[in-house]
Amino acid sequence: MFILKILIRNGFRHKLRTLLTILGITVAILAFGLLRTFINAWYSGVEASSASRLVTRNSISLIFTLPFSYKEKIRQIDGVRIVSWGNWFGGIYIDEKNFFANFAVDANSYLELYPEYILSREETRAFLRDRKAFVAGRKLAKRFGWKTGDTVTLRGTIFPGNWEFVMRGIYRGRDETIDETQFFFHWDYLNESLKKTAPSRADQVGWYMIGITRPDRATEVALAIDQTFKNSFAETLTETEKAFQLSFISMSETIIKAIELVSFVVIIIIIAVVANTMSMTYRERIGEYAIFKTLGYRGWHIAGMILGESMFITMIGCLSGMILTFPVAKIAAGILSNYFPIFKVEKEILYMDIAASLVVSILAAIVPTLRARNIRIADGLRRIG
Amino acid sequence: MGKLIIGDCLVIGIWLLEFDNDMAPIVELIEVNKSYQKGGQIIPVLVNINLEIPEGEFFALMGPSGSGKSTLLNLIAALDHADSGTIRVGGVDITTLSESELAEWRAGSVGFIFQFYNLIPVLTAFENVELPLLLTGLSRRERRDHAEMALRIVNLEERMDHYPAQLSGGEQQRVAIARAIVTDPVILVADEPTGDLDKVAAREILELMDRLNRESHKTIIMVTHDPRAAEKARVIRRLEKGFLNDVHSQDPH
Repeated sequence: MFILKILIRNGFRHKLRTLLTILGITVAILAFGLLRTFINAWYSGVEASSASRLVTRNSISLIFTLPFSYKEKIRQIDGVRIVSWGNWFGGIYIDEKNFFANFAVDANSYLELYPEYILSREETRAFLRDRKAFVAGRKLAKRFGWKTGDTVTLRGTIFPGNWEFVMRGIYRGRDETIDETQFFFHWDYLNESLKKTAPSRADQVGWYMIGITRPDRATEVALAIDQTFKNSFAETLTETEKAFQLSFISMSETIIKAIELVSFVVIIIIIAVVANTMSMTYRERIGEYAIFKTLGYRGWHIAGMILGESMFITMIGCLSGMILTFPVAKIAAGILSNYFPIFKVEKEILYMDIAASLVVSILAAIVPTLRARNIRIADGLRRIG
Repeated sequence: MGKLIIGDCLVIGIWLLEFDNDMAPIVELIEVNKSYQKGGQIIPVLVNINLEIPEGEFFALMGPSGSGKSTLLNLIAALDHADSGTIRVGGVDITTLSESELAEWRAGSVGFIFQFYNLIPVLTAFENVELPLLLTGLSRRERRDHAEMALRIVNLEERMDHYPAQLSGGEQQRVAIARAIVTDPVILVADEPTGDLDKVAAREILELMDRLNRESHKTIIMVTHDPRAAEKARVIRRLEKGFLNDVHSQDPH
């Protein structure tokens, strides 16, 4: 208790210096937390992916489609439970800046394969019944103020023309990792329209989503699918949903690595700031440490005081930074919602904040602690007066 | 020793005074040498020092600046190491102790009074006095009793909650004395205790030290420049260029 009292009083002996150091740590922890959240947001699709789902696409590139006729052949492969399919629609709502993901999917199989998108029974029924129906995530509907029954027109970029849809439901994510900013409509609506307007593009699928009977059979089933279409005019590449998501992320891996590096650079900078504060503290208090030793206090008592003060200051900064991370992340989530539907401060980021702060406090205090521990009393006392 | 309260010590002190003063020395230095290295040169500071200070003595060490007074005091109080020789304090040969043992020994055996008081500025007078007691294993209540008693002896009980910056120089030095005596040490060492005080405050401090010596039978070893301060001592030794001169005994004023 007494030591804690000394730590607190010593910590605020030079109020301005301590407050500036705390401010520096706060900003560093805030930046670190946001950058880590940013990286997590990039991986949120991977986190949400299921181990019992596979994705089959054209082996050349995702831009190339697969024939709709593959559906039945895939369904017959041992280990396949359900097959769904979809196309990236790439429609624009009013203006390009209103970007959101919109897909044409086979509604029945899609809703069965993705139970994490929750619709009420009435909404599901209404969606399935109406060929021009669409459902949107809660956040997306909120963003544009859409209500059930509203007509929404998307301007096609990949599939030219104005496409009219009627909103029949708003889905919720099963948990916080589920993206609530997507727009789904019937693949049949797209395909039948294409049959009339661009018959050569009809009966083509962007990718197949496959539910398998057991997650441990994923590799075997994926191999079997790709084997089935080997040497065909559209060879397939089948991978787990997680690997499929990661393949998107790998395209921007350099950026992610750079952000990761910056997050650690922030910590290194703050180590220098706290180390400077602790070195100044040590130099000012050499005499006092000598007095403590004179009174019978050992080297490790002195070391404890310096380390304790370093931890005290750093942890106040850490706590402030952690508290500030939440409102700032919320603001960032609003701004970045078009690009990162899930931008949430995870518990693990808070643990990383605490771990980083502990490392900062220890590293910053090492040199002053060792010096103070080894200081000769007579030398220390000479500094007084 | 730490468990004795200061009131008990006063009684024991008076009892001890009834005995003949001719007893085993509480401090004994045999052939002690100390030198410093400066720019590759070895500069002797203390040369073959032999010294005995009996228990209950008020001993003053005088000499010009750089004569080695403070170094000698530091060696007796185990704040520094001798190059050679033996130093016994209270029967303990402190030259053979490890750093850790010396720290423990200092905590229980030596009380320090410095020229610049050397109080911890973030602690109140009471907390400064309590500081050495934190190493003794006493309960919080016992520590409180001891610290209050020590502050009462130096007549600062009323100002125990004041920080050093809120006290005058004389008051700060009285707090330092309370801190020095609170563990009931074997010896009190004082390095220029009045060097930073005005005449009135210096007189008060010397009277307080004199009272501690007479009434509590505390052995005091004081380094001073000030002849008026040395007048309070019963024995004065002069140190000249690292050599200790003959004994000069006097009746303290």
